[in-house]
Amino acid sequence: MSAGAAPHEVKSLRDFVPFILNELKPRGKIFTPFNIISVPVMLLGAVLIAYRMIMGLGSVTNLSQDFPWGMWIGFDVMTGVAFAGGAYVLTFVVYILRVEKYHPIIRATVLNGFLAYVFYAGALVIDLGRPWHIFNPVIGNKFGLSSVLFLVAWHFLLYMTAEFIEISPAFAEWLGWKRVRKILSSLTLGAVVFGITLSTLHQSGLGALFMMAKGKIHPLWYTQFIPILFFVSSIFAGLSLVIFEGTISHKVFRDQLDDEHRTSHNDILIGLAKGCAGAMFAYFFLKILIFMHGRHWEYLHTAWGLWYLVEIIGLVLIPCYLFLRGAMYKNLTAIRIAAIMTIVGIIINRLNYSVIAFKWYIPLPAHYVPHWMEIVTTLAIVFAEIWVFRWIVNRMPILRKPPAWAAEE
Amino acid sequence: MKSLGAGMLGAAGTALTAGKSKAAEIVGDSGKEFKGVLVDTTRCIGCQSCEEACAVAHDLPVPDIGDESVFEQQRDTSTTQLTVVNRYEAEKGEIFVKKQCMHCGQPGCVAACLVKAMQKRVDGPVTWDTNCMGCRYCMVSCPFDIPKFEYNSWNPKIVKCDLCWERLQEGEIPACVEACPTETLLFGTRRDLVEEARRRIYREPEKYVNYIYGENEVGGTSWIYLSAVPFEQIGFKTDLGTVAYPEYSTGFLYSVPIVLILWPAFLMGLSYLTRREEEKEKKENKR
Repeated sequence: MSAGAAPHEVKSLRDFVPFILNELKPRGKIFTPFNIISVPVMLLGAVLIAYRMIMGLGSVTNLSQDFPWGMWIGFDVMTGVAFAGGAYVLTFVVYILRVEKYHPIIRATVLNGFLAYVFYAGALVIDLGRPWHIFNPVIGNKFGLSSVLFLVAWHFLLYMTAEFIEISPAFAEWLGWKRVRKILSSLTLGAVVFGITLSTLHQSGLGALFMMAKGKIHPLWYTQFIPILFFVSSIFAGLSLVIFEGTISHKVFRDQLDDEHRTSHNDILIGLAKGCAGAMFAYFFLKILIFMHGRHWEYLHTAWGLWYLVEIIGLVLIPCYLFLRGAMYKNLTAIRIAAIMTIVGIIINRLNYSVIAFKWYIPLPAHYVPHWMEIVTTLAIVFAEIWVFRWIVNRMPILRKPPAWAAEE
Repeated sequence: MKSLGAGMLGAAGTALTAGKSKAAEIVGDSGKEFKGVLVDTTRCIGCQSCEEACAVAHDLPVPDIGDESVFEQQRDTSTTQLTVVNRYEAEKGEIFVKKQCMHCGQPGCVAACLVKAMQKRVDGPVTWDTNCMGCRYCMVSCPFDIPKFEYNSWNPKIVKCDLCWERLQEGEIPACVEACPTETLLFGTRRDLVEEARRRIYREPEKYVNYIYGENEVGGTSWIYLSAVPFEQIGFKTDLGTVAYPEYSTGFLYSVPIVLILWPAFLMGLSYLTRREEEKEKKENKR
């Protein structure tokens, strides 16, 4: 589809059904390497999920009485939500600070954030033992007001709504609904303010979940400041993923972009790199302060100390420096490498809290290690998200400019 | 503004945490004293009558208590055994220790539960209810790793000792206490139990270590223990501290209403300022 698609409007249900059916048809090549790999994984994932629903969590996971939370929480939810942080950071920059430079990537970022919540926080459903009760805290089958998880659950729900409102003008443009688009656009600022507030609280709330795991998380990681660390790290986690995703999107969805967008992209990446470097330095500084106050020197020369240093030096301080250098010398390769290192660092950090340094006193082989079926299911969920993302980007004005009629308003 | 903030803090505080914190919680919100059990490990002979009675009372598979080989390794409670007795080789010889839910005064699992499936009942028991969604946050938050989850069921339950809550309501005492032939277990209000424990230590100071486990641990538990040897020798966690576990997340929860009010105000203000800047620029460009 070309960037300047002819305006069409879906007026009635009679228009709507054929339009959707037409849009559901695949576009582009079918036998791409990505499709060939992802389709079997998704099918296998679907089978495993069905099997898990019938036979119980123990049938596909390595969870145990000692390790109630595994990869599905530690990676899918904890890490997935951190990576979705780019949406609230960029909406802050674009809609609150009104830095127009980042406008071209805002929709892709918000869409990514929205889908991340739908799929990764949604992955929670398969991890819940009794998922049919998932709406209990919402419908009031008892409100556990003293629970951090209660807050996180509500915030997930509300934030998904806020992000849907933020991205909805693109849906309206796709359907050609001018009036609806106007109404939805007017809601954007409110949704952004609400969304940033919610994100602040539930990004840190995910960390606060571990406050009561005192004694179970290695002292190098457990601190009363976990919530603040989770919040600050979600800023650069999100931005790094924007850099990573933007780099890939630029190759894959080349036909969606106009020249203006293409030339400004490098500038955008450099700006994001500066943001990352700043947030990472603040995070590193916080980590050092907490370490000094915790007085855990004795752990530093254990294997855990080394692992801790790998995380905060190797995967925070070094990528921070790389971001800074990349931004100063306009070296995009350095920025991309830094983004990948940061992403790995965030995955390791979140897994440390939930799985690796959780009950560090239980050594292998009794320590939890994900079952291959947990990994396949996770991959299936990631692929499914990418499929939906690709489907939407190819049909709606996400990366390309909005239709002319929308820009006039 | 300051007083408003403080007022909000207070309001949020009472809404978010059940009651205020005391060093050792023995009385619930209702004012009724918590019931509990004193375990005098010096009296236990490892007969496992409690295990048998517990299984019968909860319709669980009844263990063969004649089989002493179970003592060869440390056992944990499980989805089919709400209580187990373990044998320890300590400095004063063999010691048997019963393990089950400690029924904390301010339980971490109750604070963790987002649907109040875990509840601290007025008379002390911590019980589980079926509106649970199976998130297993209670397991993460329990300092004693007591809640157990049925991993191999499509409709799993959280399983743990409920201090025979249903029996208590009918005026009976917990099944394990009733079954104990050596009076190792003593049921009563927690206040009386602590007093009785103190009395025993006072009367026979060379028999007991001068410590009541559970008196202050994690803010005080409804089950308390006496021992002849230091508690770390008989499998107890001695580094849990005296802070009630829910306290660890109150700091975060208190900050929630503040962020919820101040953040939007700050963001709207910032947005207003940047919009004015933008409009000014536009005007200047037109000229």
